[in-house]
Amino acid sequence: MSGFPYLTVTIASPLLGVAGIALLPRGAQKRAREIAVATSLITLVLAIVDAVKFNVGGAQYQLTESHTWISQFHIDYSVGVDGIALVLILMTAVLVPVVLLASWNDGKNTPRAFFALMLVLEVMMIGVFAATDVFLFYVLFEALLIPSYFLIGSYGKSGEKHRSYAAVKFLLYNLLGGLLMLAAVIGLYVVANRTVADPFDFPTLAHAVATGQLHFSTGVERWLFLGFFIAFAVKAPLWPFHTWLPDAAAEATPGTAVLLVGVLDKIGTFGMLRFCLELFPSASHYFTPVILVLAVISTIYGALLAIGQRDMKRLIAYTSISHFGLITLGVFAWTARGQVGATLYMVNHGLSTGALFLLAGFLISRRGSTEIDAYGGVQKVAPVLAGTFLLAGLSSLALPGLSSFVSEFLVLVGTFEKYPVAAIFAVTSIVLAAVYILWLYQRTMTGPVTAAVSGFKDLTRRELAAVVPLLALILVLGFAPGILTKYINPAVTQSTSLQVTTTPPPSIAAQAQGSDQ
Amino acid sequence: MSALAATTFTVPPVEFGKLSPMLIAFGAATLGILVEALAPRAHRYRIQVGLALVGIAAAFGAVLALAKTGVEVVAQGSVAIDGTTLFLQGTILVIAFVGFLVIAERKTDQNQDAFAAQGASVPGSQAERDTTRKGWQTTEIYPLLMFSVGGMLLFPAANDLLTMFVALEVLSLPLYLVCGLARHRRLLSQEAALKYFLLGAFSSAFFLYGAAMLYGYAGSVNLAVIAQHVAHPDAGSTLLYAGLAMLGVGLLFKVGAAPFHMWTPDVYQGAPTPVTGFMAAATKIAAFGALVRVLDVGLGGSSAVAVWRPVLQAVAVITMLVGGILALTQRDIKRMLAYSAILNAGYLLIGVTSTTAQARAAVLFYLPVYGVAIIGAFAVVTLVRDAGGEATDLSRWAGLGKRAPIPAALLAVFLLAFAGIPFTSIFIGKFAIFQAALNAGAPALVIVAVLASALAAFFYLRVVVVMFFSDPLPDGPTIAHPSIAVKTALAVAAFATVALGIAPSLLLHLANNSAGILAK
Repeated sequence: MSGFPYLTVTIASPLLGVAGIALLPRGAQKRAREIAVATSLITLVLAIVDAVKFNVGGAQYQLTESHTWISQFHIDYSVGVDGIALVLILMTAVLVPVVLLASWNDGKNTPRAFFALMLVLEVMMIGVFAATDVFLFYVLFEALLIPSYFLIGSYGKSGEKHRSYAAVKFLLYNLLGGLLMLAAVIGLYVVANRTVADPFDFPTLAHAVATGQLHFSTGVERWLFLGFFIAFAVKAPLWPFHTWLPDAAAEATPGTAVLLVGVLDKIGTFGMLRFCLELFPSASHYFTPVILVLAVISTIYGALLAIGQRDMKRLIAYTSISHFGLITLGVFAWTARGQVGATLYMVNHGLSTGALFLLAGFLISRRGSTEIDAYGGVQKVAPVLAGTFLLAGLSSLALPGLSSFVSEFLVLVGTFEKYPVAAIFAVTSIVLAAVYILWLYQRTMTGPVTAAVSGFKDLTRRELAAVVPLLALILVLGFAPGILTKYINPAVTQSTSLQVTTTPPPSIAAQAQGSDQ
Repeated sequence: MSALAATTFTVPPVEFGKLSPMLIAFGAATLGILVEALAPRAHRYRIQVGLALVGIAAAFGAVLALAKTGVEVVAQGSVAIDGTTLFLQGTILVIAFVGFLVIAERKTDQNQDAFAAQGASVPGSQAERDTTRKGWQTTEIYPLLMFSVGGMLLFPAANDLLTMFVALEVLSLPLYLVCGLARHRRLLSQEAALKYFLLGAFSSAFFLYGAAMLYGYAGSVNLAVIAQHVAHPDAGSTLLYAGLAMLGVGLLFKVGAAPFHMWTPDVYQGAPTPVTGFMAAATKIAAFGALVRVLDVGLGGSSAVAVWRPVLQAVAVITMLVGGILALTQRDIKRMLAYSAILNAGYLLIGVTSTTAQARAAVLFYLPVYGVAIIGAFAVVTLVRDAGGEATDLSRWAGLGKRAPIPAALLAVFLLAFAGIPFTSIFIGKFAIFQAALNAGAPALVIVAVLASALAAFFYLRVVVVMFFSDPLPDGPTIAHPSIAVKTALAVAAFATVALGIAPSLLLHLANNSAGILAK
């Protein structure tokens, strides 16, 4: 346990901004934006400090802190990061200031509430990645829904009916998944409490599972796995639990949509990688074929539907479903390469889809329509907008040299090592990605300048300040993915899930583990 | 108990100190009647409210003073003073205090309280208009409710079935009356009172019949004696099971479990809203206390548990489904909260059927946190007003979050708590109950409860959607500015709901300790 609570300070830092916004006098409502951006930059600096303090090659979980929270149920406030959690926290800390900057004019009549909710969301998002107590993770996982719900329902496109429909759909899907996970969390606690001293502490649990000290009967393990997995599959979202995402992403403001797709959904894939694989290894193996099929369907289905969309934001949402299919594929490929690729993909997807969503938002704010058909020839009027849009799009389709390429390649190779058929099917999504991105670009940016588009201004300085950092990161990480993989590699190899794969099949493994450990 | 064969009547020793919380409540109620008879009309309101609040606070002080004493069965074996009793009595008194703050409110409705000027006047008659114009008030409700509080204090403490029956009647009769005294929509209110009275009397009869059968089985109404007979049966069990079933009907009626829930929505809707809040919270606490005592003390033997547990589990499932599904169709906020109360009774029943000390502790934790939240929710309902009293139709609440952010936000907090969102007290309560149930080996109940929670989330959220995402109505209801008392009550309820969600350890600790001490 390190002396200074680096992680807690990072997690709590956005609350400073919330307090600042709450204290704003009535007349100075608009100041909320400056306060929010400034605080989120402080958080970014703190997250970078965390990364610097993180000793690559050191213990699996670092910067750990633990305090008793609810002693009756052995619940602790414990936080700590491995390389995977760390890069996701960094991604979150990068995306939030960018999103706040891009959302400058959103938040309608109540900008204070809008920016405060964004900051509260950041607290929970960083907290959920940092939590090493299963209960703390669950609590933040669920609590996240409330600020997101209000961000979708209260802001975003006009048309109260659709907005509240999308918000309620988002919340119900996720709440149902979350409640199933609650049952599984309690079940895990009840079983673990019999043999493990600290039944909510994740590192302890993972260790106990790997050593056989914590053993579930086959049926119980499968049910618990399903409880966790369905919650994560809804969050990620995986086909057929995905239908909330296009609605929510299309109705929310572009900024909210970026956080929704870029960060919130990663909690699902992060949860699969950490909780499902490490706590329930035998059940994970058992369900792998089904999950791979779902992942491949998501990949192809998402891409096909993206091609068919006429609404720009829905299109980007469907591309994300396709990408989440690939991430899930990498997670359940059971190879180090696949899992490193999946983690890297989570970050890269956050950056490229984030940039794409924000640029689409800028485009939409100039014309007021989300329909693709309403645009045309933008590149002649607003070349910078078109150029950045193209760059973000190319990153999304994983052009070599841009960051997504590395991760997509790793995922596909990692999957091919063990599940070649799944990988072969998934590869088709590369072609489909080229179709939906380039066709989107062609329809909106090229061709004759339409009347509605002719008055377009190019990107303003504020808008550039929001997207340039993302595009810069996409380029840098495309050429030097080692910046991140240096953190991710040891985390994947240290994680117990891959070590367990070397043991014999589930039924024998249970007996063998007891004797050889 | 020795038979009193002596010709001279020896006064049985009664431990007045141990009974002091109840005695204080009844004493305050009796004084209230004298006030009603002797004090001039203009001063009655102040005196009555003061007397009631002081009485509740004093009784709470007495509970605290007793907290250090161990298990003791007093008053000739008829009242058990133990950790569970004292915890529930303390809870009821806290709830009653908050409830009375809302009940005594006069600022929200042009200096009138929520009660008819004169209960006896025919609705719409000249007499009604006269008394209203003169500014008469039914201050009798305060002593009535104090009697009810006294009955509630006795109900979970009663260690024999007759005392329990007396407590049941003492707590119920005043409530039947008060339910019929709403100032607005009096016909609805009177109908609710009549319905409540008839069904309540019916269920009391069941209870009494069940008690008689158990007397026939064990030769005593004392729970400890019944427990002995359950453990060492010396006769057939027919009377036991029949008595158990009848007693169960009486108690399940009071907790509002399906299929004995029919009265709940009508009574919750018709009763004056502050009383609904008080009733929803306090009656439920007292009734669950009594249910736990009957089942765990009197019928806790394994042979009896094997009979009633599956039945009660089935009741819990039906209750959750009825509460969750029927709430979906409600358009009236009070009725919706009534179905939510039924749903919550289902969760509590899961705890009751788990029969471990851990589960009892979970129930003890759940009762106060739920009670405080439901009082808060009904207090918010009293603030949203139309010409004809409260605007309880959900459609009238459109855009409330924009026009009155604070009441709307408070209600949102309570509703999110009911929905079981983390960082609220009820989430911790659910967690405690579910883990006790899983520990007791009832995963199916937990799954049903989880699915019912998801269903419930939908109708809680519908209110949030209407309040925050809809545009305000042009002729929407007005938002009353409440007095400092109601503001305090709301602040306390909201604070407790959030604070006990973040730092529940103290109350959990108290509940754990109290649940472990049960006079058997």
